[in-house]
Amino acid sequence: MLAQNIVFAILAVTMGVSALRMVTTQNVVHAALYLVMVLAGVAAQYVLLAAEFVAVVQVLVYIGAIVVLFLFGIMLTRAKLGEDGDLDNDQKWLGALVSTFLLGVFGLTLWRAFGETSLDLTNSVAVGASGVNTARIADSIFSDYLIPFEAASVLLLAALVGAVVVARRD
Amino acid sequence: MILNQFLLLAAFLFCVGVYGVIVRKNAVLVLMSIELMINSVNMNFVAFAFYNDNLAGQVFALFAIAVAAAEVGVGLAIVLLIYRNRRSVDLADLSEMKG
Repeated sequence: MLAQNIVFAILAVTMGVSALRMVTTQNVVHAALYLVMVLAGVAAQYVLLAAEFVAVVQVLVYIGAIVVLFLFGIMLTRAKLGEDGDLDNDQKWLGALVSTFLLGVFGLTLWRAFGETSLDLTNSVAVGASGVNTARIADSIFSDYLIPFEAASVLLLAALVGAVVVARRD
Repeated sequence: MILNQFLLLAAFLFCVGVYGVIVRKNAVLVLMSIELMINSVNMNFVAFAFYNDNLAGQVFALFAIAVAAAEVGVGLAIVLLIYRNRRSVDLADLSEMKG
């Protein structure tokens, strides 16, 4: 129990600091790399929650594909590599106020709703490593969620074609 | 371990994402902040899937990841188009709709 708590605390601090640095850094490439830190932390949290398949998909799709897309986007829009100093607008205080208020509302609501509801993570990592959940997810995707699955594949195709049409040069 | 650890961490990441969307001027950075928000929602899905011992949350998180991939593809295409037309991705300059 203690080990999971320590792992969670380390991950949470890393993710929080990286997320804050991501939205405050003045270097576009650094922001993308801080995003990688947060995404990897989320993947580790999935492992802690016995969701090994979602964790692997997170690493493959987010870190492997989406961050690379972001780096391409940074490159193709000729963003200044290195310190820029002109990445924020003048709504810093308004933004901080809004997000702090939102965090307060979320925190209060979550605490009122769930309080100290406990979660038994004693052997969650072992359950994840055994791959039981992957088999069950595969079963449910190809039975209960077959139509949403097909819809998601059509959506990806449409998004691919749409991106080509939008970004084409002529 | 308590459930709220995961939920509060996700809420914090979501609020940081909101801050990024409000404050950033570069369109690519705004898209990155949106990804941060989607990720925190996915973390809630997985935490509740574990809490309720029901895999529907994990399946939904997978679908959300697929939709996020589609969103980034189209979003970056739009950003590239804006860059090609205006030589800048500064959102503060995109004010034609201001009247």
